[in-house]
Amino acid sequence: MSVVPAEVLPGGARAVTGTVRATVTAELGPRARLWPSLVAVYRAQLSRARVARIPLLFVATFQSVGILIMMRGVVDGGSEAESVVAGSAVLVVAFVALNLLAQYFGQLRASGGLDHYATLPVPPAAVVLGAAGAYASFTVPGTLVTAVFGCVLFGLPLTHLWVLAAVIPLAGAALSGLGAAFGLLAPRPELATVLGQLGMSAALLLGVLPPDRMPEAVRFARDLLPSTYGVEAFARTFGADPDWALVLGDLAVCAGVGVVSLAVATWAYRRAAVR
Amino acid sequence: MSTRAASAIRHPDEVVCAVRGLTKTYPAVRGRRGTPATPEVRATDGVELDIRRGEIFGLLGPNGAGKSTLVRQMTGLMRPDAGTVEILGHDIVRHPERAARILAYLGQESTALDELTVSLAAETTGRLRGLDVRQARRERDAVLDELGLTPLAGRTLRKLSGGQRRLACFASVLVGERPLLVLDEPTTGMDPVARRAVWSAVDRRRAEQGTTVLLVTHNVIEAETVLDRVAVLDRGRVIACDTPAGLKEQVAGEVRVELVWRERAPLDVPEVAALRERAVESGRRWTLRLAPDEARAVVATVTGGAAFAALDDFTLATPSLEDVYLALGGAARQGLVRA
Repeated sequence: MSVVPAEVLPGGARAVTGTVRATVTAELGPRARLWPSLVAVYRAQLSRARVARIPLLFVATFQSVGILIMMRGVVDGGSEAESVVAGSAVLVVAFVALNLLAQYFGQLRASGGLDHYATLPVPPAAVVLGAAGAYASFTVPGTLVTAVFGCVLFGLPLTHLWVLAAVIPLAGAALSGLGAAFGLLAPRPELATVLGQLGMSAALLLGVLPPDRMPEAVRFARDLLPSTYGVEAFARTFGADPDWALVLGDLAVCAGVGVVSLAVATWAYRRAAVR
Repeated sequence: MSTRAASAIRHPDEVVCAVRGLTKTYPAVRGRRGTPATPEVRATDGVELDIRRGEIFGLLGPNGAGKSTLVRQMTGLMRPDAGTVEILGHDIVRHPERAARILAYLGQESTALDELTVSLAAETTGRLRGLDVRQARRERDAVLDELGLTPLAGRTLRKLSGGQRRLACFASVLVGERPLLVLDEPTTGMDPVARRAVWSAVDRRRAEQGTTVLLVTHNVIEAETVLDRVAVLDRGRVIACDTPAGLKEQVAGEVRVELVWRERAPLDVPEVAALRERAVESGRRWTLRLAPDEARAVVATVTGGAAFAALDDFTLATPSLEDVYLALGGAARQGLVRA
């Protein structure tokens, strides 16, 4: 079809007029500050989780309660019971903060949802910390229910359950940072899901089973897992006279891992947002 | 649509966004099991654009023409291999993070907002655009009201229809004023009422604040009715840029004839057989672009004699931007829509 008038073609494709070059300069809009935007992301994520995640929270809790009941037949009491109860309680944190958050960020990244945040003047840390904080918060009811149920089932004292107020946020920070990093770094969303699942399985096997019967190599792997320190800190407080220095030491490890993994997740977010 | 009314407030001398030599090449991918190899693709190829203050500037092209890639480079979401993007005096290639403080972007995906209520999506976006709580809530209420979304404010985006969800995302773009709006197919799936709400909201901001709009579309009718100027993209290159009327003048000597056959074309009629090589076939539909007297002859042929028995429907139309795209050598035979 040769219907194009000949004079159209040469200059026709020019979108630039050459003479018009009075570029206007505009002031930049305000930057969103870290805390207000962190709070905004946290609130939004919390409401999101309320809508979409309640069934999964039930799953997380029932899974841990089921493990407690199952282990009741194997373990009679003493230090083994302590690690079973502590491990199942922290498992709820691992399920939500590690597994679900890895899936969330994996899907967000794959579907182009990160563009929304990347075109807003919000600090990357606010997006990652807001989401991680919301997911960690959502583990609170499940963890409490599991811990109380476990204590009653195994006849452990409820005296020091308040230590969960430190264990949940610190283990939550470590695990959700890891989950967010998995989700943001995995090249495909399925891989993010697999990584999250593997992390949770590790937390399940290495955290719930009493360590005394494990071979050396497995115990070493257990020491590498950040949730272990949350489990140990919690388990120590069941004793008649807990060694608070060791509890604090374990919690400090959680906090340290949390800072590092959240920093890695923030870096991963920055990397994923601009491709 | 009333966007014409606002063109009086355009500022023809002020360039808001200048793009020079923008190039992005996706590297070749080696084939693996299950995935065939893809050759190197130039998604944008030396693109040059000047967008002026207060205008609605369109990027028109079929899917895969490079529109979204171009927009992602202009919004700082993607680094170009070469070239510059200057928006309101800021170098976006060197400082991509500044784009977020100059423009508001409506992408094609809503996954980040899907599980929020309409109200919270707008408020949160406003807060992340740097507004304080009170400002964000005030602007949220005003925008939801303006777009007729107040009755849906408490509903989750996921539960809305495609058009309503799109409108809710558009609302969040408007919370926290920006001098440049970049909208990637904003009206997809919307009914006429929602479309009108979008364009009148855009018009109001143009009239009151001199807001500039960069619109990505593959909808020819929308392009003709709302755009002040349009750049036609094909395989990563700008093949034409002018007002819609100016572009259509380039193919003014043409008439589009569409023939729809009942079952198949009567190729035993010699005149019809001769037309075949000039027609773009799409199932039972033939599209022909002809000089007016040729078109008259074709209509006479197919409405009489043996060909008429096989004819289901025919239309004669003056050229649209789709014809411009094809006349300028656009490669895709399909991909532009009229809706």
